[in-house]
Amino acid sequence: MLLLNKDQITSWLNKLIPAYQVFAPVKEGDYFCFQQIRSGEQAVLNYTNSRIPPKEILFPRSEKLFCYRCETGGVQLTEQVDESKKVVVGVRPCDAKSFLLLDKVFNGDQYVDPYYLTRRNNTVLVGLGCNQPAATCFCTSLSGGPFSAEGLDLLFVDIGDQYLVEVVTERGKELLSGMELPVAGQEAQEAARAVKESAVCSTLVDLGGLKYRLDVNFDDPIWALLAEKCLGCAACTYTCPTCHCFDIVDEAAGKEGCRIRNWDACMFPLFTLHGSGHNPRPTGKERFRQRIMHKFKYFVDNYGTIACVGCGRCILSCPVNLDIRQVIEQISQAGGDQQ
Amino acid sequence: MKNPYVPAPVKLVRHVVETDDNLIHSFTFQFLKEEDEKAFVYRPGQFAEVCVFGKGESPFGMASSPTEPGILKFSVARVGVVTSALHEMPEGSILGVRGPLGNSYPLEEFKGKNLVIIGGGFAFTTLRSLTTYILHPDNRGDFGELTVIYGARNPGLLLYKDELAGWEKRSDINLICTIDAPADGWQKKVGFVPAVTKEVAPSSADAYAVVCGPPVMIRFTIPVLEELGFPPERIILSLENRMKCGIGMCGRCNVGNKFVCKDGPVFSKAQLNKLPPEY
Ligand SMILES: Cc1cc2nc3c(=O)[nH]c(=O)nc-3n(C[C@H](O)[C@H](O)[C@H](O)COP(=O)(O)OP(=O)(O)OC[C@H]3O[C@@H](n4cnc5c(N)ncnc54)[C@H](O)[C@@H]3O)c2cc1C
Ligand code: SF4
Ligand code: SF4
Ligand code: FES
Repeated sequence: MLLLNKDQITSWLNKLIPAYQVFAPVKEGDYFCFQQIRSGEQAVLNYTNSRIPPKEILFPRSEKLFCYRCETGGVQLTEQVDESKKVVVGVRPCDAKSFLLLDKVFNGDQYVDPYYLTRRNNTVLVGLGCNQPAATCFCTSLSGGPFSAEGLDLLFVDIGDQYLVEVVTERGKELLSGMELPVAGQEAQEAARAVKESAVCSTLVDLGGLKYRLDVNFDDPIWALLAEKCLGCAACTYTCPTCHCFDIVDEAAGKEGCRIRNWDACMFPLFTLHGSGHNPRPTGKERFRQRIMHKFKYFVDNYGTIACVGCGRCILSCPVNLDIRQVIEQISQAGGDQQ
Repeated sequence: MKNPYVPAPVKLVRHVVETDDNLIHSFTFQFLKEEDEKAFVYRPGQFAEVCVFGKGESPFGMASSPTEPGILKFSVARVGVVTSALHEMPEGSILGVRGPLGNSYPLEEFKGKNLVIIGGGFAFTTLRSLTTYILHPDNRGDFGELTVIYGARNPGLLLYKDELAGWEKRSDINLICTIDAPADGWQKKVGFVPAVTKEVAPSSADAYAVVCGPPVMIRFTIPVLEELGFPPERIILSLENRMKCGIGMCGRCNVGNKFVCKDGPVFSKAQLNKLPPEY
């Protein structure tokens, strides 16, 4: 464990900027977002969390897959894989974990998504522990925690004027090369321990019985009830660090164009509408159920883990205050009449 | 890292109007590059994403069979943006194909068994692939009796009319064509596919049934097959959920915990019985 003075952050970032695309939390209006910074001063590390997760650095809201030019008798294709080296600074532990979940989707046994994976392999994640979890945070219910280093390369723990730096991977260590940082002494380690102890997530969600319910409750009346309030706006899925659904479209003029992918969401009716007009998920009920089932059942069936990290963004962004923690509890408690 | 999103360029070598209502056209493609053709090794029941550059891509089941090397054939109904653009493409146009995608009909399981292939409307595409594959001299001996029941609303809406005529003359396939209502000059069966299936009553002994068609047809045909003694493990269906990526990533086509694109599109009734009916 090393020590980094807070007043060294700017110079450290400035040192990284020529070699990497450096992303950090930046204040924009009344919220924070991850942006590529041109100078170390832009980074704001005393923030709660970004409105949109850093997922968008590796899996952008909109990106070109390839461009083409149609010629007589053929077509020229140019792939648009981004091979630049990146560092993301200030990643919260929950968001770091989300990358491990996205890896399961985009780095499959059968197919690999070269756009995500190339960026992923070229990106170093510098985490920032959460001294004061927000009221909406519930990472500890999902085997995470405000100081979990899972998925990170470095983890910073804020102990006042300094960060205690936990070196998690070799890649992380390389980022600090040339910094000659002192090893953290007894006192700093004590301070870090105190900070970690006092950081608690106020809500604990009991997920114990949820999967058993979801295995049998597809036809439960609870879904109609839960979906009643939902507007289908998809704010929850757009701000979710684990949602990975996308659309693919062509944008073209004349003989040239690009194939583009854009974030999409299971909360939209057009998402599943067949060409014939038939829709397997015709109403909000089916779509709300899909969102919950995907995260807490299907993902578990396929990858052995829940696709939620407890970042609480969906709770913050829902215009009708649908709180996923309460939804989970209601589902767990409902019924019992089916088995 | 192989990029699964990039299509191989193909040339449209044949574009024919397949049905009298002009709604279904068939397209035959040839790969521009030999390496792409070599890499495209497929089996009946698989599909591909076909793209019209500038308009987008759509999934279509291969109507051609691997026993017809050098070409890929699709039959496409005009329903929206991409399919309408396809219908406008003149022969000689350059398009893109990526695949093959999805699983296929379980040919290994079918080996040595009798097969009852039941199709309705324009969903006959991959069934043509399967039938053509089985009828190939190299393969015919691997399978038992072959019964094909194929229905359309009227004679003009049957796909592949020339080939059907050819199959009718063969002794190693029992082809039954039917139309919904009597029509001038039609001397074969009249009636909906489920009713005709009941009448033909193919034996379920040592047999698999493969069913593709509009949802209503499937809904009423399955009970008939069950009555004939086909267990759900030996009733094979192909699903068509809306798709984009075709590789299990865009999250669009799932039925429960299965992706139709990657884990399907071919499922047995027994498998579907364990999944929610979201298709
Ligand atoms: C595995 C699989 C195999 C398939 N095999 C075949 C096959 O062999 N043959 C076949 O024909 N189909 C097949 N399909 C279905 C085929 O993929 C769809 O019909 C096709 O994707 C529709 O694409 P589109 O762009 O033309 O429709 P879209 O444009 O996406 O249209 C969707 C809907 O919107 C409507 N729409 C589109 N544009 C407009 C507009 N401008 N204004 C108003 N309404 C509009 C359409 O009428 C349609 O109802 C298969 C599907 C799957 C999943
Ligand atoms: S859920 Fe909250 S406390 Fe937990 S890691 Fe995320 S931001 Fe930090
Ligand atoms: S943010 Fe709230 S209202 Fe909007 S789709 Fe999600 S749950 Fe429904
Ligand atoms: S089509 Fe994208 S997941 Fe199946």
